[in-house]
Amino acid sequence: MVYHEVPGDRGEGAVAVRVALFITCFNDTLFPETGRATVEVLERLGVEVDFPYAQTCCGQMHFNTGYQREAIPLVRRFVEVFGGYEAVVAPSGSCVSMVRELYPMAAELAGDGRLAERVEELGIRVFELSEFLVKNLGVTDVGAYYPHRVTYHPTCHSMRMLKVGDAPLELLRNVRGIDLVELSEAEECCGFGGTFAVKNADTSAAMLSDKIRRVLDTEAEVCTAGDNSCLMHIGGGLGRLRAGVETVHLARILASKTKEG
Amino acid sequence: MKPSDAFSRGQTPTFEESAKESLSDSQLRRNLGKATQTIRRKRAVAVEEMPDWEGLREAGRALKERVVRHLGEYLLQLEESVTRAGGEVHWARDAEEANRIIAGIVKDKGAREVVKVKSIATDETKLNEHLQREGIRAFETDLAELIIQLAGETSSHILVPAIHKNRAEIRELFMEKLGAQNLSDRPSDLTEAARLYLREKFLAAKVGISGANFAVAETGTVCVVESEGNGRMCTTLPPVLVTLMGIEKVIPAWRDFEVFMQLLPRSSTAERMNPYTSFWTGVSEAGDGPQEFHLVLLDNGRTDVLADEIGRQALNCIRCSACLNVCPVYERTGGHAYNSVYPGPIGAILTPQLVGIGDPGPDSLPYASSLCGACYQVCPVKINIPEVLVHLRGRVVRHRQYMGGPRSKLDPENVAMQTVARVFSDPELYERAQRWARVGQWPFVRGGSIGRLPGRLAGWTAVRDLKPIPQQTFREWWKRNRGSA
Repeated sequence: MVYHEVPGDRGEGAVAVRVALFITCFNDTLFPETGRATVEVLERLGVEVDFPYAQTCCGQMHFNTGYQREAIPLVRRFVEVFGGYEAVVAPSGSCVSMVRELYPMAAELAGDGRLAERVEELGIRVFELSEFLVKNLGVTDVGAYYPHRVTYHPTCHSMRMLKVGDAPLELLRNVRGIDLVELSEAEECCGFGGTFAVKNADTSAAMLSDKIRRVLDTEAEVCTAGDNSCLMHIGGGLGRLRAGVETVHLARILASKTKEG
Repeated sequence: MKPSDAFSRGQTPTFEESAKESLSDSQLRRNLGKATQTIRRKRAVAVEEMPDWEGLREAGRALKERVVRHLGEYLLQLEESVTRAGGEVHWARDAEEANRIIAGIVKDKGAREVVKVKSIATDETKLNEHLQREGIRAFETDLAELIIQLAGETSSHILVPAIHKNRAEIRELFMEKLGAQNLSDRPSDLTEAARLYLREKFLAAKVGISGANFAVAETGTVCVVESEGNGRMCTTLPPVLVTLMGIEKVIPAWRDFEVFMQLLPRSSTAERMNPYTSFWTGVSEAGDGPQEFHLVLLDNGRTDVLADEIGRQALNCIRCSACLNVCPVYERTGGHAYNSVYPGPIGAILTPQLVGIGDPGPDSLPYASSLCGACYQVCPVKINIPEVLVHLRGRVVRHRQYMGGPRSKLDPENVAMQTVARVFSDPELYERAQRWARVGQWPFVRGGSIGRLPGRLAGWTAVRDLKPIPQQTFREWWKRNRGSA
């Protein structure tokens, strides 16, 4: 597997690992607390975090909406900014899958062989937070304490494109105080889909209503996931209904640490 | 020549428009939700028990890819094999030509009625309507096709055309159209009523018309896969058999069935083995079955699809419909929202390509997906549907930008995308935009959340709240707490 290229893979305890945080434009602007939580978790495990200021957006929205030529400068920028790092970590499965799975298509479209090479080289070093923790650092217990009833929604891109598998659940199971409840039909899309939620707002809403029904069935107070875009969608619906269920990014649960050590 | 009216060019509404209607049909939502959930659970079980499923998928993909790469050679070989076996091969550039050839054969036999095997290719060419104009009645014999023909509707699913209807609705329909008295809504009673009606047609028809699931280049053998046996009635009883087949349905050799006969039934009906699989090779010398066989090879836009390196995967489809059954969009909107004989994820990538980019209805189809990827996961020949969807969105946008004239530059979406792209390519502009957004949002923030947005964003806030942009971005926090830039 590609993961062996990263120092500290299956690390025994804390190791000196330096990563670049790819915050994603979405988290940077709308969910800064997720970024802070990501830093907190990584540093707690002894990972040195660097934040390259020149980063902006991976270009997913443009690319997936069809504005692909417009996304190419953003692809180049990403490769410039992160190319020098041994590992890049982001609290978003969706943005990571853009880099890993769709950048090659963008480079092909750009007709730039050098870009294609660099994209391929970099792609294998970009990780979603939970997969980085579990698969690279070999950590499943991050020492978190979160005394709430929580249900987990596996986001489509983390599950089907990145294949993070049970990594997020493994991390959640080791959180102290948590009451983790299974979400039925969990693998069904929540209906966000980027601009899909706006272009096909009605269909998106129909998908959302079923997801919300299943979240409410769990009687959880918190719905978590590895992507704030999906959570913004689910949370937006829950909030509108005044359902009394909060959406919280996985990183924030892993970062929380109140009473116990 | 472009396909004529096979896809009602320029006349179909967009997916968004049609979906609005079907989403509010509670009966449809219930029928479809129940049907797709059942079939996808069954499929998962049928696939789970196969130790080499991934290997089979890969073999299916490789075979189909080879077919597409050497399509010309395989088709010529098929023509030769069919002719050798006593059949006649016709080449149809488009729907109109295919319909003309078939109507010509039927009229030549002096037939006024034909019986039909379920065939999406004939739906694509609108063969029934064409025959009707020529004074020929076509009777659909597949139970679900019969139901929608009697109801005057169109198919809403590749495999289960009447999936949008439940038994109670079918009972009503049969009582009205077949004159069945005191009919219950038990499936066995409903099929009995259909059986009585169809048997006469089978025995009387002089011409049977079918589609094809596969045709073997090596031997000239044509194959139809079905569950009822009604198809076999059509392919064996009438003295003349006409098969309309999309050119991509050719497979190289007889042994390739080993792969497809494992992939197809499990993916489509969750069966280990398909109930009725008919093979025929030209005409039988023993005088059994049809004495005349015509194979009509249909292009109708397919060679255009072939020219698109990413999009051509769509031609690998074996019409199992697994992608429809797992699609969260299809499950809710149903097939009619796609305004095509090919609904669901596969339709969303096939229809716009067959029609050609630049038609607002079909152009909206690649957007009828949240890109969740469930379709790709189940596709038995590994068509990367999300990849093709994204690729086609790119083609749609570029077509609009280059062919749409100066006005397309002013399209609000285009303007927004261009602006945002520029902002994202410069960190300084990006940081400035973050600050402006924080200030600019204030007119919309009420009680700590945004409940209504203007313009195209209103779709979001119709059913969802939006959290206001926090006062500090992550990078501002980092700068303050972690220092140097």
